[in-house]
Amino acid sequence: MIEIENVRKSFGQLEVLKGVSLAVDRGEVVSVIGGSGSGKSTLLMCINGLEPIDSGRILVDGVEVHARSTDLNKLRRKIGIVFQQWNAFPHLTVLENTTLALRKVLGKSRAEADAIAIKQLEHVGLQDKLKVFPGKLSGGQQQRMAIARALAMSPSYMLFDEVTSALDPQLVGEVLDTMRLLADEGMTMIVVTHEMGFAREVSNRVAFFKDGLIHEIGTPKQIFEQPQRPETAEFLGSVL
Amino acid sequence: MLDTALSLNDLRFLMLGAGWTLLITAISVTAGTLLGVLFGVARAQTPVWVSLPIGFVLDIFRSVPLLIQLVLFNSFIPILGLRATPFSVSCLVLALYTSAYCSEIVRGGVAAVPQTTRRAARSLGMTWGQDMVEIVFPLALRVMFPSWIGLTLGVMKDTALVAWIGVIELLKSSQILITRMPSEPLFILGIAGLIYFLISFPISRLGARLERKWREND
Repeated sequence: MIEIENVRKSFGQLEVLKGVSLAVDRGEVVSVIGGSGSGKSTLLMCINGLEPIDSGRILVDGVEVHARSTDLNKLRRKIGIVFQQWNAFPHLTVLENTTLALRKVLGKSRAEADAIAIKQLEHVGLQDKLKVFPGKLSGGQQQRMAIARALAMSPSYMLFDEVTSALDPQLVGEVLDTMRLLADEGMTMIVVTHEMGFAREVSNRVAFFKDGLIHEIGTPKQIFEQPQRPETAEFLGSVL
Repeated sequence: MLDTALSLNDLRFLMLGAGWTLLITAISVTAGTLLGVLFGVARAQTPVWVSLPIGFVLDIFRSVPLLIQLVLFNSFIPILGLRATPFSVSCLVLALYTSAYCSEIVRGGVAAVPQTTRRAARSLGMTWGQDMVEIVFPLALRVMFPSWIGLTLGVMKDTALVAWIGVIELLKSSQILITRMPSEPLFILGIAGLIYFLISFPISRLGARLERKWREND
């Protein structure tokens, strides 16, 4: 389980997280919605220790992410993250992108790593692209590759940071379908997204984020149909 | 045929000089590149209080004319009580000079790798070192390579300056021949120039070929 307790974080003078608390259970899909620049993405970076925090704490399966004694490289194997910019390794083929961490981080043999990677790439529908370099893929394909790359490490948690925001509209569907599939398989997911349809249909809970705080959290039904806070209603009114 | 006093033996003498030129180039470029990678990564990845002093020292090597550096080192090393041949002084100075330029190339190359790509690598549990070896260097290499080829060619030609402290490389050998055959300086220098070209040309062709090959994948 992921427990976020009263986390604060500033970039210089700008406080982007102002005491965020959130607990996500195994098997749960939590969507985080809210305007741009509200600190949603920063929160995800903090969960796997890519960003330090100023106060509060984050626990992943009881291990405090920002404690000095925590081996972040080890912890990160449990937490897959997919970014808005798809971040392929451009000098490696699709297969090599997916096997790199398996071999270097988990110490798998090339054969083992290939087998795992091919399975994951089939999962996201890229089995025909194994020898292709990312530069030759569409944005949607690159994003699906990034998902397969993260999944290959068999993480317990997957974090998605606006993974469809940089895609052409016609490519959004294929990526959302992949994520839906994952949710159906019971993956624990925190999904920062602007896709309200996805948040509504796939999530167990939806959190509304504004100005570095979670203003409201509840089932999709509660949030989309009976928002309790005027900020939530106002935001949903502007995007739906 | 061409009417010249230049004998086959003289040509052999020139080729011997060219051999020294190549050897000095190979040693100083290899050592300078290794040092340059070290300094460049240090400059790109360490806090200011480490990177600034390194940068300052390297700046000195970049801004003082090579000839002055050669003469100074050649004079100061014996003063310090150390013994060094002009050949080793040449290699040392050229290696430091190469490393100063190479460190800037490496710093720029490392900085050119997008932070987001590196985050992706770290998010998969890769260590700083693994990120450097598997992601940063291969990507930076494409950015650095053309400048590095330029640097290598430059250093190869700069080896001509070590003639000043008494190393008999290609330029010095041709000067010696000219002293013996004062009527043919242009012909002899022409041959020396041709040899420099024959050394440079394959290096620059190889560079261009590698670049083209890398571009095909992008």
